[in-house]
Amino acid sequence: MARVVVDVVMKPEILDPQGQAILGALTRLGIEGVNSVRQGKHFELDVDDDLDDATVTKLADTLLANPVIEDFTISR
Amino acid sequence: MGVSVRVGVVTFPGSLDDRDAVRAIRLAGAEPVPLWHGEKWLSDVAAVVLPGGFSYGDYLRCGAIARFSPAMESVIDGARNGLPVLGICNGFQVLCEAHLLPGALIRNAERRFVCRDQRIRIANAGTAWTADYADGQELVIPIKNIDGGYVAAERVLDELEGEGRVVARYLGANPNGSYRDIAGICNSAGNVVGLMPHPEHAIDPLTGPSADGLGFFSSVLTSLVSA
Repeated sequence: MARVVVDVVMKPEILDPQGQAILGALTRLGIEGVNSVRQGKHFELDVDDDLDDATVTKLADTLLANPVIEDFTISR
Repeated sequence: MGVSVRVGVVTFPGSLDDRDAVRAIRLAGAEPVPLWHGEKWLSDVAAVVLPGGFSYGDYLRCGAIARFSPAMESVIDGARNGLPVLGICNGFQVLCEAHLLPGALIRNAERRFVCRDQRIRIANAGTAWTADYADGQELVIPIKNIDGGYVAAERVLDELEGEGRVVARYLGANPNGSYRDIAGICNSAGNVVGLMPHPEHAIDPLTGPSADGLGFFSSVLTSLVSA
């Protein structure tokens, strides 16, 4: 078994209202020095050792992320 | 009237507005046909409505899982062959996830659920679902969503506007931060329409703010009969 991690975040040009809400809360907490927050999703997949990269890219591109509004990175 | 026109309504687990859509179709003079998400659409329907709600709990992203349901395989095939398809709210999200319509719907800019009677203006009365309206006609229709912000790349927005594919725009305060006040769009053929407000909740003055929404459902009859 191997572990594959897929991280998904909104594209920079797409408004992220949840990230903005978190930034606002940080300001209210009195925490300074944070300029921007982008909220995303983190997926951990246990996969067969021989699952190829193309399949992982396909599942991220077709289901885990919506490439119209989101970028994803794969780590394995 | 001759043979009645059969209009399907797909129910996904978590759909909320399928019954109102069925009622709207009946009041518009067509025969509503309930369709189940788990079955490929095999019955003989002339048009399909994807209703509002929270299909599959909105897990992952709104519409992301519904898009891969067996019923959607049939809807996607049909849409590409000219079948009129109307996606309302969650149905609009499903159509975007299925890439039948461009762009996506994200969390409202104000991050709050919005539920109110909304003024909109018809921007394209040439689609299968707006033929009974006039260009520029103003309607009052309920809106209720938390993930209703329509977003797309600038290039896509320019293309939609250039090709007249913005079907409706919000009037007054933008309820959800949708780019360019977009409330609804269509594909290039005009048979597939996505709409964030809920016309099925405005089909008679007793149960809605107006009967302004009935036109979406009567339009598809007009389009099908004249085709």
